[in-house]
Amino acid sequence: MQPATGLVGFLVVGIALALLPALKPPAFVESFLYLIFHWIALATSWAILGGFAGYVSFGHGAFFGAGMYTTAALAATYGVPFMWTLPAAGLVAAALGVAIGAVVFRVRRLRGELFALLTLAVTFVLATIVLNTPIDGGPGVYLSGVPIPRLFGSPTTTIYVLGLGVALSSVATAWLIQRSRFGRGLLAIHDDEDVAEVLGVPTYRGKLLAFGLSCLLAGVAGGIQAIFVTYVTVAETFSITVPLFVVLMSVLGGARHWLGPAVGATFVTVLTYLFVGGEQAVLGRAVTGLTLIAVILFLPQGVVGLLPRWRRRGGPVAQPDAPAATVPEPRATPPPGPAAEPRPAAGSSPLLCCEGVRKAFAGVQALAGVSLELRAGEILGLVGPNGSGKSTLINVISGYYRADAGRILFADRNLTGQEGHRIARQGIARTYQIPRPFTRLSVLDNVALAGMFGAGALSRAAAEREARRWLTFVGLEGRAQALPAELNLHQRKFLELARALASAPRLVLLDEVLSGLTPAEMADAIALVRAIRERGATIIFIEHVMWAVLDLTDRLVVLNHGEVIAEGRPHEVVRQADVVSAYLGKPHAGR
Amino acid sequence: MPSLTLLGQSLLSGLFIGGLYGLLGLGLSLSWGLLRLINLAHFALVFLGAYLTYHLAAVGGVNPFLAMLLIVPVFFGIGVALQAAFIRFRVGEFASLLVTFGITVVVEALIQWVWTADFRRLEYPSVSLRVGPLFVPLTEALMLVIAVALSLATWAWLRFTYVGKAMRAGAEDPGMAAAFGIDHRRLALLLSGVGAAYSGVAGGFVALIYTLAPAQIYAWIGVVFAVVILGRLGNPLGPVLAGLGVGIIEAITMAVTAPSWAPLVSFALLILVLLLRPDRI
Repeated sequence: MQPATGLVGFLVVGIALALLPALKPPAFVESFLYLIFHWIALATSWAILGGFAGYVSFGHGAFFGAGMYTTAALAATYGVPFMWTLPAAGLVAAALGVAIGAVVFRVRRLRGELFALLTLAVTFVLATIVLNTPIDGGPGVYLSGVPIPRLFGSPTTTIYVLGLGVALSSVATAWLIQRSRFGRGLLAIHDDEDVAEVLGVPTYRGKLLAFGLSCLLAGVAGGIQAIFVTYVTVAETFSITVPLFVVLMSVLGGARHWLGPAVGATFVTVLTYLFVGGEQAVLGRAVTGLTLIAVILFLPQGVVGLLPRWRRRGGPVAQPDAPAATVPEPRATPPPGPAAEPRPAAGSSPLLCCEGVRKAFAGVQALAGVSLELRAGEILGLVGPNGSGKSTLINVISGYYRADAGRILFADRNLTGQEGHRIARQGIARTYQIPRPFTRLSVLDNVALAGMFGAGALSRAAAEREARRWLTFVGLEGRAQALPAELNLHQRKFLELARALASAPRLVLLDEVLSGLTPAEMADAIALVRAIRERGATIIFIEHVMWAVLDLTDRLVVLNHGEVIAEGRPHEVVRQADVVSAYLGKPHAGR
Repeated sequence: MPSLTLLGQSLLSGLFIGGLYGLLGLGLSLSWGLLRLINLAHFALVFLGAYLTYHLAAVGGVNPFLAMLLIVPVFFGIGVALQAAFIRFRVGEFASLLVTFGITVVVEALIQWVWTADFRRLEYPSVSLRVGPLFVPLTEALMLVIAVALSLATWAWLRFTYVGKAMRAGAEDPGMAAAFGIDHRRLALLLSGVGAAYSGVAGGFVALIYTLAPAQIYAWIGVVFAVVILGRLGNPLGPVLAGLGVGIIEAITMAVTAPSWAPLVSFALLILVLLLRPDRI
């Protein structure tokens, strides 16, 4: 298996490096290798949040610095034995990161560049505080008097082994995360955080955990670095070059791959420290800069992107038009699971109950007290002019928006104000009017993710099996390894359907699945919706295509200006005068 | 509590450093706000401009202000070329941050190679005007005047001319602007050239007022980013206003507490704005 080769190689290199001191190499070799380990630990730990989840932090210097100063303060000022300061260094940095994350991750807009800037600002605030308080006070802290334990021979060897330890731990952590459900969730957050949450990924907790782990490792690396440099100053520790170089290394190597940052860190460190003489050092820096430019322009996935097996699993992708395009009927036996329970008779107990749901946006009352009931097993059509509040209602039910007032009950449990991922796990899935697939995950991974985090909560392998079955169900099995961008619109809509279904939902919210499709594609889509219902799921069907609505739905609810203006059997509802006027306007000479 | 004269003098120096922040932030804010490019190389260009001014004046014997006049058109060309490369390679917002960091590292290496890592100081007589009990250094005052003038001129340009309006439309929705016949590419080249020219001006003043060292490139990045965000992206009056505010608060903080506390002000302010009003950016 492929992952095993990586692991074996990693272990062999690790053991070989751990045995190196036995050969009694000169001290400068150990120091040089230590520096590589140091940067590997920093770059890899950074990538746990910055690479996987896409939250690019420019504050890694702050957490590394927090570790450095924890060790410096404890060891130099309070005489704590050096080895005991390392866990403290990691914990202080992690606590700092989690505290910052707990505030910052609640603000939806603080992603991308703004998150980078905020973490940079945190670095400077921390630097100022350290500089002006007894932690440093200005002159810097000397650790020359701190005894280094001779755990593994000379002090240099001890530092070497500690550095190796933290580097290997970082890379191993990244490897484990990449293979885990947690890591999948982080990658989904990177591509589209809102969709990830609605699919059941606990985004807030995931980001906090990633941030905490990242800071923990950086803090320990900082503690070791403190004893290595023996003289800790604010200007050096919290300088902007630390976060910039960490980002540079990770991106250079490939930040979304567990090994990428380590590759980048080794490359840059060798360039920086191998040439130490004046002109050569300048040359080394210039080459580093040029490499970064070249990698961003020509190798956006980093150097690791060159490895063939990372490029895309499963061989050739470009199958111009797979059989998928013309599959009218679901072909496979529907997968088992909660969604395949025998279909209850339509009209029994209500599955979903909205009571007086209100939502306003800066003065616009998008939902002005919507009450409706949805019975298990039925297809409820939700229609209304543009801006009538249909999509807002879906967003409130799925937890993207929080209702201002009112209650939402799902199978007699109160959903009001719950986070999106909790709602998803109770068995509610949705599609988007404009498909929002995870762009950097393959079609298969997109669907498998829903299985892992949805109501089914499957293991990764089980979710992939399930995903294949759902792809067959919607007729996309031939495109499993493609990236979403390689699909056309109707295939992307079907991908959304497969993704919604893979979460084993009891309720599926379909937001304009038909818009933008050709008549033939519409017929396919309608057949699919029917098949979904046959399998026992309850459906809310938002649509503007009236004949399809009349054809498919059991009951119809009409929204206008955020209020329910009509409800009942489809063919009767569409004849009501107020419904007609809401859609077409009032006739001029009508009365 | 410091004396009134001392407080007045530090207010004045706060104004001047604020003017520098504004001047440094102007080009950055325009390219981030209107071109969606985060141009770290702006700082590298500023120092390249500073070293060139230094070289022309100290070695070539050219009047430093004349040197600035020579540098500005060259930098305009550099800005245009950079933008052409960004367009050619379809560099996105985040990638631009990394690419321009790469450029910054290269420029830093270039500066170090030509002028070494030693400190360089342009010996230019600094004249101060005495106003009551206060000393007003003329070079700094001129820098402040130019920072304000350039900001106002840019504001008027974007607000009142066709080019300016087209630029703002293109920033808001490039596709829609293109559909209405706006050639965003040419406008982007122009704007990037203007931004780079501003960095040349800023560089000239940095050479006149400060001691130069290659690592200084990174010294102002943090605070200038804070100023750019506080002044609202793409608003040409924002950087100089926010810069003056930050400069004055820093100066007061320095006078009342200790100089080393000064950075806390701008960054705490930045964090608060990001947390409380993220939609404002």
